[in-house]
Amino acid sequence: MATLQTRATARIMMSPAVILLFLWMIVPLVMTLYFSFLRYNLLMPGTEEYIGFLNYQYFLTDPAFFTALANTLILVGGTLLITVIGGILLALVLDQPFFGQGIVRLLVIAPFFVMPTVSALVWKNMLMHPVNGLFAWIARSFGLQPIDWFAQVPLFSIILIVAWQWLPFATLILLTALQSLDGEQKEAAEMDGAGAISRFIYLVLPHLSRAITVVILIQTIFLLSVFAEILVTTNGGPGIQTTNITYLIYMQALLQFDVGGASAGGIVAVVLANIVAFFLIRLIGKNLER
Amino acid sequence: MARSTTTRSKIIFTVIGWTIGFLIFFPILWTFLTSFKSEGTAIATPPQFLFFDWTLENYHEVQSRSDYFKHFTNSVVISVGSTLIGLALAIPAAWAMAFSPTKRTKDILMWMLSTKMMPAVGVLVPLYLIFRDWGLLDTRLGLVAVLTMINLPIIVWMLYTYFKEIPGEILEAARMDGASLMKEIVYVLTPMAVPGIASTMLLNIILAWNEAFWTLNLTAANAAPLTAFIASYSSPEGLFWAKLSAASTMAIAPILIMGWFSQKQLVRGLTFGAVK
Repeated sequence: MATLQTRATARIMMSPAVILLFLWMIVPLVMTLYFSFLRYNLLMPGTEEYIGFLNYQYFLTDPAFFTALANTLILVGGTLLITVIGGILLALVLDQPFFGQGIVRLLVIAPFFVMPTVSALVWKNMLMHPVNGLFAWIARSFGLQPIDWFAQVPLFSIILIVAWQWLPFATLILLTALQSLDGEQKEAAEMDGAGAISRFIYLVLPHLSRAITVVILIQTIFLLSVFAEILVTTNGGPGIQTTNITYLIYMQALLQFDVGGASAGGIVAVVLANIVAFFLIRLIGKNLER
Repeated sequence: MARSTTTRSKIIFTVIGWTIGFLIFFPILWTFLTSFKSEGTAIATPPQFLFFDWTLENYHEVQSRSDYFKHFTNSVVISVGSTLIGLALAIPAAWAMAFSPTKRTKDILMWMLSTKMMPAVGVLVPLYLIFRDWGLLDTRLGLVAVLTMINLPIIVWMLYTYFKEIPGEILEAARMDGASLMKEIVYVLTPMAVPGIASTMLLNIILAWNEAFWTLNLTAANAAPLTAFIASYSSPEGLFWAKLSAASTMAIAPILIMGWFSQKQLVRGLTFGAVK
């Protein structure tokens, strides 16, 4: 009795979410694609015309694009390196029984809930300020020359801030995966005389590999679009040393009003993200089967 | 590991664990402490940790100078509003997917997920122009709409994984007993689904509260939520660290507490059920 009627009901129940999401995705994307073939600047209304792939040609041959692409890759790669290695170490520590474990766990995940603008400004001013910041004070107490973080190593400074925000995410997911490791397997390995390091390499790490992959893929998706942290600390500078692809397109669109150029950039960003998304979707899809 | 050393290793890990926890939490603690200092004490060298004249002056100043609670209200309206609308759209959809799955259900779920992976900057230009033409720039309505659509895939996914865990036999039993679809939903499904819906709601309020691409690009003075308000402290004028700290503390405290309560659901929600 269920089938036909239920199926129709199910379709009706799904349709609002599906239709809205479809429109949300397709309408702006088609518009971006359309604009990307136009000469279209908001400061020169009425001069819009079809110019083929010229926007793409400008965007992709602009030296700023290569700097931004490199910055994006360094930002994503650096953050991943810190958060994945740090996350594994932290998860291993938090997995051990100790006093006040629950409270430490809360302390460790806290940065994830801090809004990006707050964490960026707190780090930039109160910790990394070359004169009054806490790091400068620590450096001086050891008789060292304080680092002028955002002047000397601007991109690394941003990586540090972003890594602080994402370390909790990696830790939490890896810890969850670690806790699902079969205790009996661990005991069996111990009985067979496997040392802590070989247990880690041959038992724990393979068990974590799935979770590590998930962490890398999901973080990559979010890290490709880091924006607020750059906006409130460096504005992409000095020069374009901390400009990533997202920030470059933002500048073209909302500061130079070059709709055509920014749209071409947007399409490039979508393509880049899709390469990552392709692997993530396959991974999650495989999991859905089981 | 040898059982006899348990106590010793426990003490060692207590020291290591608390040290790490303290270091990671420190920037938040430091912000909290600085919010009670005077501006002079805030930039003092050497830094003052606990023994300074505690004052509430900054909290008072932040409100009287910049109308803090307007932005706070904006944050509440935008995050709660977008989450509630999202739930209203997602609950029926996830219900249908979990209980009357078809061959295409999985494809639809994967497709929804893929929309989440579109970089925001790819649709910045058209959305900005649509907002400008429809008069939605710097309105709470516009932001609620955008954030609803951004988080809808996550809401559907989380609810789907929760609904999936409700045993189908119970629904069949109810149907056998002649319960209508309406009754089935109200008396059988809802009580079992409430915990899942609650944690989905919590996580999405957190995500919407902290969203900082659209809130920064689509608002100005009127509809700016706390993310955008705090960003205004990046100007040279914002070198008032004590006031920045007070504003920041108020902006993160409510969401931090909610986050701590929802930590168990966090993993499921953020990995789309890939890690449980």
